[in-house]
Amino acid sequence: MSMNSTVAPGLGHALDISGTSPTPFSRLVRTELRKTWDTRAGLWLLIATAALTGVVMVIQLAVVVAQDLTVSYNDFLTSTNFSIALLLPVIGILLLTSEWSQRTAMVTFSLEPRRPLVILAKLVVGIGLAVAAVAIALVLATICNALYGLLSDFPVVWDLSVLQTLAFVLMQIIGMLTGFAFAALLLNSPAAIVLYMVYSFVLPGIFGLGAALIGWFEDLQPWIDFSDAQTPLIDASMSGEDWAHFAVSGVIWLVIPLAIGVLRVLRAEVK
Amino acid sequence: MRQGEGMITVERLTRKYGSFTAVDDISFVCQPGRVTGFLGPNGAGKTTTMRVMVGLTPPTSGQVTIGGHHYHDIPNPGRHVGVLLDASAQHAGRTGREILELGARTMGLPASRVDEMLELVSLTPTEAKRRLRNYSLGMKQRLGIAHALLGDPSVLILDEPANGLDPAGIRWMRGLLKGYAERGGTVLLSSHLLHEVEQIADEMILIGHGRIVAQGDKKSLLAGAASGAASFVTALDNEALTKALEAKGIGVSAAGEGLRVETETVEIGRTALESGIVLTDLRAADGGLEDLFLELTSQTQREAVAS
Ligand SMILES: Nc1ncnc2c1ncn2[C@@H]1O[C@H](COP(=O)(O)OP(=O)(O)O)[C@@H](O)[C@H]1O
Ligand SMILES: [Mg+2]
Repeated sequence: MSMNSTVAPGLGHALDISGTSPTPFSRLVRTELRKTWDTRAGLWLLIATAALTGVVMVIQLAVVVAQDLTVSYNDFLTSTNFSIALLLPVIGILLLTSEWSQRTAMVTFSLEPRRPLVILAKLVVGIGLAVAAVAIALVLATICNALYGLLSDFPVVWDLSVLQTLAFVLMQIIGMLTGFAFAALLLNSPAAIVLYMVYSFVLPGIFGLGAALIGWFEDLQPWIDFSDAQTPLIDASMSGEDWAHFAVSGVIWLVIPLAIGVLRVLRAEVK
Repeated sequence: MRQGEGMITVERLTRKYGSFTAVDDISFVCQPGRVTGFLGPNGAGKTTTMRVMVGLTPPTSGQVTIGGHHYHDIPNPGRHVGVLLDASAQHAGRTGREILELGARTMGLPASRVDEMLELVSLTPTEAKRRLRNYSLGMKQRLGIAHALLGDPSVLILDEPANGLDPAGIRWMRGLLKGYAERGGTVLLSSHLLHEVEQIADEMILIGHGRIVAQGDKKSLLAGAASGAASFVTALDNEALTKALEAKGIGVSAAGEGLRVETETVEIGRTALESGIVLTDLRAADGGLEDLFLELTSQTQREAVAS
């Protein structure tokens, strides 16, 4: 055997890893970002999110101008509840579940066995996309509001505050993270998307109904209804108690699922 | 072959799924400069073993080291260990080129490396632009091999890489891996088909039902099963040869134009020389290893049933 090592110097029985530096985190982030648009499905999801945001605002603009309604900058921004808020979590879900449904996790985790870093890189990409989506929404809302000033007889209201913008960003990031958490929990695209839709569209109704019908539930509901707890964020009117509701329901719907989900991914046998 | 001398060292590795033991206390080493074939029927535990090697499956007990390191501790592991576990485990919507591009970017390699690898595995630029869902299994395997070689690693771990390759593809891969090993690389490749491995592998590990049933080079494996050795021989005078062999108590039967003889080729050659008989064809009976393979792996089956 020693003959082999003299024949091929440098390729002995040990691996010389001294000259190799670990994969930098920034490179992992860039790769994960690339994965969000390098398939047709991924690219179209991103385009659709941006397009839907514009379409919803244009429809809103057309309706308010035609019906002589008064709206403000913020009204345009909150219309993104029907676009960004809907699709960002789906992007967040697919960031993770596509690695399982397409089985690319095998390659991803063999090229970077430090799984926490891979998950973190995906989270950074998710948050980055949420921030980018908000930036696009702000620009579109500005355009729509300016057009509204031109097309309607009412004065234009620029009721944008830094606090509100930050709250808006926070809401979108939370949506993205909740999607990500459900994804980590279920590791299955359709299941995670369905769970997210139930959570964001069906559950608030059930909570509202329960609170209206059952006395003791009315007191409990604010503490467990995360969507409801985020409502004061929309107009940045969070009180101390609101923050308490936000924190407690957030632990239930975001922190706990995310923690269990991430732990699951870290330990999962990757098939 | 001493333990601990290899590049890939598997030590008393066990992996259980509930009460089922997929890999049962196996140990072996893979040497640099050699192609090691990991051979066993479906469900023998090959994939599980290889997945443990690269940290995708945690072992129940035992360990694997590569060049003295646990896979997890190798920085930028793609630069040291090339892995192909499942050529289909790639995003169906990505183009072949994009799949390599992602790998190259993760490893911090220049884009030119992608072109080099595509060329190496003979995927044309047009093919590389197609999406993986439109690839044949053979093309996926080529792409997978390209992906494994991207980082210019010194160790290759390939799970059933010949699967789906046409005969020309298998020959190509054989040349590629032999060359790679001759330059000092370590290759571990698995297969459930003996003939795929037989010609490439310098060393063979036979696994059945999670246990290693035999290992060594082809010669020593066959020698270990010498009692079952048989050869085919044709002589100018078959009758004379039959007599000479039977005189030594060796079983002979007619087989086509020649004879099937229940001994090794060397013994027949010697007999022919002693009797001055001219041989026109002499070779070990095909399936010598095949028989051994089937025998060894079914043996463990019986054991498993008995226990
Ligand atoms: N996650 C799992 N749960 C239960 N059994 C498993 C799991 N993974 C593999 N096995 C079983 O382990 C055995 C070995 O599988 P594998 O390593 O894939 O075999 P091979 O690659 O040699 O065909 C098979 O019987 C398989 O069914
Ligand atoms: Mg297998």
